Amino acid sequence: MSTSTDETAQSAADPAGISGTAIRAGDRNFLGLSRGAGILVLAVMAAIAAFLVWKAIPSLQADSANFLTEQSWLPDQTPSVFGIAVLAFGTFVTAVIAMLIAVPIGFGIALFIAFYARPRFGKALGFIVDLLAAVPSIIFGLWGLYNFMPAVTSFARWLTEYLGWIPIFANDKQLWTKSLLMAGLVLAIMVLPTVSAISREVFVQVPRMHIEASLALGATRWEMIKMAVFPFSRPGMISAAMLGLGRALGETIAVALILSAVFEVNTHITEPGGNSFAANIALKWGEAGEVGRSALIASGLVLFLITLAVNMIARWIIARRKEFSGAN
Amino acid sequence: MSGVDAQQAEVEGHLSGRRLPRWSTPALAGGALLVGLIVQLTGWTVVGLAPGVVAAIVFLLGQAITSLAIEGRRHSKDRIATTLIYATFVVALTPLLWILITVLVKGLSVFDWTFFTSTMRNVSPRQPGGGILHAFLGTLEQVGIATLVSVPVGLLAAIYLVEFGKGRLKFWISFFVDVMTGVPSIVAGLFIYTALILTGVLQQSGFAAALALCILMIPVVIRSSEEMLKIVPNDLREAALALGVPKWKVILRIVVPTAISGLITGAMLAVARVAGETAPLLLTTFLAQDINLNAFNGSQTSLPTFIWDQISRGTTSSVNRAWGAALALILFVLIIYAAARILAARFTPKSR
Repeated sequence: MSTSTDETAQSAADPAGISGTAIRAGDRNFLGLSRGAGILVLAVMAAIAAFLVWKAIPSLQADSANFLTEQSWLPDQTPSVFGIAVLAFGTFVTAVIAMLIAVPIGFGIALFIAFYARPRFGKALGFIVDLLAAVPSIIFGLWGLYNFMPAVTSFARWLTEYLGWIPIFANDKQLWTKSLLMAGLVLAIMVLPTVSAISREVFVQVPRMHIEASLALGATRWEMIKMAVFPFSRPGMISAAMLGLGRALGETIAVALILSAVFEVNTHITEPGGNSFAANIALKWGEAGEVGRSALIASGLVLFLITLAVNMIARWIIARRKEFSGAN
Repeated sequence: MSGVDAQQAEVEGHLSGRRLPRWSTPALAGGALLVGLIVQLTGWTVVGLAPGVVAAIVFLLGQAITSLAIEGRRHSKDRIATTLIYATFVVALTPLLWILITVLVKGLSVFDWTFFTSTMRNVSPRQPGGGILHAFLGTLEQVGIATLVSVPVGLLAAIYLVEFGKGRLKFWISFFVDVMTGVPSIVAGLFIYTALILTGVLQQSGFAAALALCILMIPVVIRSSEEMLKIVPNDLREAALALGVPKWKVILRIVVPTAISGLITGAMLAVARVAGETAPLLLTTFLAQDINLNAFNGSQTSLPTFIWDQISRGTTSSVNRAWGAALALILFVLIIYAAARILAARFTPKSR
C-alpha cells in the first residue's frame, strides 16, 4: 500500500509518467474498501467487549452478593442476588469431561485417517467426520435428550454402582439423567470433529521424509507416530485441543436441553443439576427482567473473555509454529 | 500392510523377528466375540460390564499378550495402538449414524404434504398436524440476509489479507479472524442485543437475527476465501499487471473469477454452518406461529427456533413436530453441504 501512494506522488510530480493518476484512484478506493472490511473484524471484536461491559455494569452494581462466589441466580429480586459460581463450575466440569473423551478419540481418528486408512477411504472418512460437525447443535440437543440420555443412563448407573466410592460418582438422589456427565458426553461428541479435523491437518503436514526415515530404521508404525509425528505436530495438537475446548465452553442449546433446571453446585456429576454459562443465558433469557438480562449479559461477558483467552492462546501457538516450521 | 505381512512371512526368521500369523487377528476377534456371546447368554459378567465391552477387552488383552509372548514388547505396543486407533474410528461413526438414523426415522413419520405447506396458526401444542412453512421461510430469509451481508464483507477482507495486506495490520486482522471463529454463538446474540436492540437501533426481528448470524459467518467466509485466493497462481496476476491492468481490475477480473468456484463453496459451507444456529436467534427474535416475511418488523420463526419452541412445549405431538423439523433442517444443511463439497471437488484448480 505504501508503494501505491509513493507512485501516486511520483506521477503527480511527473505528469508525463507512464502511469496516469485516474487508475491509481480506482486502486486506492478498492484498497480502502477491502481494508475497511478487514478493520471491521477488529472493530466488531472490540465492540463485542465494549457493549457487553457497558450493559453488564448496571447488574453488577445492583448485585448485593459476590458475583464470583454466589451460588444462586435471583437478579430480578430486590435486593438482587446472583453469582456465577454454579455456571463456572458446570461449564468447567462439562468441558473437562468433553475434553477427556474427545481429545484422545479425536487424535485417534486423525491418526487413522492420516496413517492407517487407505488414502481414498481416509478422504471419505474425513468427509464423514466433517458431516458430524455440520449437524446443528439443536439436533444434538434433541437427540441427546430423547435418545442418547436414556441409552447412556445405564452407564451412569454403572459408574455409581462400581465406582461410587469415588465421591464424584456417588449418587444420593438415585436419579441419573440430566446430569453434568450427560451434558459432557454430548459435548464430547460435538467437539470431536473440531479436534480431529484440525489435528488431521497437522498430521498430514509432517514431512514425508521424517516418516519414511523412521520406518526405514525399523520402527513399528506406532513408534513412527510417537517419534516422528508427535514431536513435529505437538503445537498443532495442543491448539486443536484448545479450539475444541473453546467450542465446548460456548456450546449453548444442546447443554440447555440436557441439563435440568436445578441451579446448584453439585460435585456428584451423575446427579441432575448444574448449569453452564451459555445454557443459562438461553434458559433464563425469556423470563428475565431488566436487571436479569443485564446479569445474563455479565455472565456472557465472562464466557466471552474465557473463550477469547482460550482461542487466542490456541491461535498464538499455531502462529508461532508457522514461523519456524520448515515443513512447507 | 497385507503385502508387507506376506513378505515377512516368506523371510520369517531371517530379516524380521518372529511375527504372529495373519490368522491370529480374526481368530482372536472370533474368540472375543464368543466370550461376549457367553456373557450375553449366561448373564455372568465382571463388575457389571456389558457383553460388548467384555469382548473388546478380551480382544485387546488377548492380542497384547500373544503378541508380547511371540513378537516382543515393541510389536505388542504397536498392535495395541493399532487396535485402539481403529476403535476410535468406530466410536466416531456410531453417534453420527445414530443421530442420522434417529432423525430420519422419527422425522419421516411426521413428513407429509401439510407439514411443508402449513404453519402453526390455530394449531395448539397438543394437536397433531401443523407445519413448518413459516419457519422454513424464516430460515431462508434470515440466512439469506446474513449471506448477503457476510459474503461481500468476508470476500473484501480476504482480498485485503491476500492482495494488499502486510505488516502489523495484516497480522492482527488475520489473528482476530481466527479468534472470531471461536466466538460462542450465544455471545454473538448478546452482542446484537446489547449493541442494536438495547440502544433502540433495531427491534427484536428477523433482521437482528440475521445480523447475529453475520458475526458467526464473516470469519468463516474470510478464512475460506483467503485459502482460495491464495491458490490463484501468481503468474496470472503478474501477467495482467505487466499488461498495465490496474490492480483492482486484476483482482475483480482475474483473481476472483479464477477462484470463483472455491469462493462459492466456502460461502455455502458458511451458510450450512449458520443455518442450524439457534442460540443467537433466541435472543434477537420473538417466535411467531405464522408466516411473517417482513424481517424488520414483528416476530419471525426459523427452523432451529421452531424446534426449540416445540421441544419446550413438551407434548407428544409437538415433540413429533420437532423431529420433523429437525429432519427438514438436517436435509437443508446437508444438501447445501454436499453440494458445496461436490462443487469444490469438481472445480478446484488442480495446481497447488
